[in-house]
Amino acid sequence: MGLQAYLILAATVFAIGLFGVVTRRNTIGILLGIELMLNAVNINLVAFARFSADVTGMVFTIFTICITVSEAALGLAIVILLFRTRRTVMADHLDLLKG
Amino acid sequence: MNGEVLAFWVLAVVLVGSALSVVLTTNLFHAVLWLALALTGTAGVFLLLDAEFIAAVQLLLYAGGIITIVVFAIVVTERLVGERISQTSRRLAGGGIVATVLLGAIVSAVLERPLARAKPAVDGDLTRAVGDVVLTRFVLPFELLALLMLAALLSAIYFARPDD
Repeated sequence: MGLQAYLILAATVFAIGLFGVVTRRNTIGILLGIELMLNAVNINLVAFARFSADVTGMVFTIFTICITVSEAALGLAIVILLFRTRRTVMADHLDLLKG
Repeated sequence: MNGEVLAFWVLAVVLVGSALSVVLTTNLFHAVLWLALALTGTAGVFLLLDAEFIAAVQLLLYAGGIITIVVFAIVVTERLVGERISQTSRRLAGGGIVATVLLGAIVSAVLERPLARAKPAVDGDLTRAVGDVVLTRFVLPFELLALLMLAALLSAIYFARPDD
């Protein structure tokens, strides 16, 4: 398979993740969409690294995976905190900063 | 059709199918399980790309770590309210248009460029090369990453601490 096939696969997963982020009303669902998008980016990085025979992309993938794990831990902590104080995880109801 | 092409298509179908299930299923818990399948499928794609180490990291950190955290969050939040959290969607048409336009833009850009058709041969072990680069050229970002993870985990514990 050429590089093209991997890039199109990653773009498809990225678009599906974006769809989830835009349409989900639940904050946990939005976080799942973000995970999908970051995952698609990782496929791109590894594919470019492999096809250009340069390991830099793979190092970046390790970095993004670690940052994603931090993001998930922190994001879910915020969700739990929101739940305690506002009793909801629906993004529509979280309008504290709305002017 | 050789083995690699077949494996790629099987993984592509699994990946796209489970990703669609993540964003379309109404049961939040099922969505997380589909995400686990999508992340495992991605690990398979990494294996196809000869990145065994990344595939292992993906399985351990992502499919192991994140799924556990998300399931924990769902269980904790559902117990807090004492009812099931619904998982509904809104503005499906708008989201579909945005995602389709983005996909079309990326795919048309990818198809226009002349891209490598075959993988170049690698000399030696890719995992060893990654390890060498991480501890030489990228040692500063690597250490900063450790700091970032420490800060993130500490703040997560701070946020989710019990009320006092």
